[in-house]
Amino acid sequence: MSKANLKANLLDRRQVVSALLADRKDALVVAGLGASTYDLAAAGDNARNLYLWGAMGGAVMMGLGLALAQPKLPVVVVTGDGEMLMGMGSLATVGLQKPGNLSILVLDNEAYGETGGQVSHTSVAADLVGVARACGIADSKDISTLGEIESFANAMQDTSGGPRFANVKIDPANLERVLSNRDGTYIMNRLRGALGHAPI
Amino acid sequence: MHARAEATEEQAAQWPDEIFAILQRHDVRQVPYVPDAGHSQLINRVLGSQTMRGIPLTTEEEGVALLAGAWAGGQKGVLLMQSSGVGNCINMLSLTQIYRFPFLTLVTMRGEWGEFNPWQVPMGTSTQGVLELAGIRVLRASHPGEVRDVMEAAASQAYNALTPTALLLSQRLIGTKVFVK
Repeated sequence: MSKANLKANLLDRRQVVSALLADRKDALVVAGLGASTYDLAAAGDNARNLYLWGAMGGAVMMGLGLALAQPKLPVVVVTGDGEMLMGMGSLATVGLQKPGNLSILVLDNEAYGETGGQVSHTSVAADLVGVARACGIADSKDISTLGEIESFANAMQDTSGGPRFANVKIDPANLERVLSNRDGTYIMNRLRGALGHAPI
Repeated sequence: MHARAEATEEQAAQWPDEIFAILQRHDVRQVPYVPDAGHSQLINRVLGSQTMRGIPLTTEEEGVALLAGAWAGGQKGVLLMQSSGVGNCINMLSLTQIYRFPFLTLVTMRGEWGEFNPWQVPMGTSTQGVLELAGIRVLRASHPGEVRDVMEAAASQAYNALTPTALLLSQRLIGTKVFVK
């Protein structure tokens, strides 16, 4: 399919994240800064959400630390192409550790939407699925339909089948911001509390 | 032949093992690292441990984010790196204040104490200042006999008081790297 044809059928990012988390069960979710965090907030606040408002490039590594600490729980990282490009080395680190419970979904609008829509490397050249696979994440694929998102949502519940990586080209429209909590200490301690960890 | 390697062999039973024992006592589980010769003995102990997981990184900032995720999931960790790696961490160190998690890093120093390689000097010279500007408390050990006490203090304030802490292990302690043809 040509790029022009694909553009007409691009998925809505809020629909993608809602479908991904519609039946999340006990899943822990990390969202990269910017629109991904707004998407996660729009899908419904949850004590098991870890929102990022900064630390660009750190989302996958935060997911890895969480996944290694909680191997029986599904951990999913939802982030954008710009954030993923900044933390591309972390895919090699994940490929080495191979946590079975970690899933990564990149919402790829081929642009830096938060800063004016400047095009990103994925618009022309960079293939994040190819990068992930070459880093040792064998289950890496492009996704273009909601049906595939639902399959990915089912797969992420299997905590022994990962790590898995998917890149979904989304409609680049900037949507209304849905602001999550942004007090990191609150977000952190709320998540820890949900896992049964008392304050120090 | 590296003087540093020789020094490490001479001290094989001492300060790196003391650091390892203190990490064990604090129930440290995740040990992200970018290798340095000065950390090699400690890294070997970690990789041979049943309770700790050594996690090689492509760049040091990954380790800061990893430790935030580990704490969210209920585990403590420590980041091992060389002084040049501190510069790679600066923005990610924001997480130590934002998420207020127990951050401890052990930094082997280059660019000081008889350094041969000029390329190590700028970052080695600014390492302590960079850490302090980023909100990290800095402790330093320069002699084998003081490592245990300083490490005890660093681990205690990081893990018990959630005070982000860096322990600098001086080049004088680990041995100046010698370059010969």
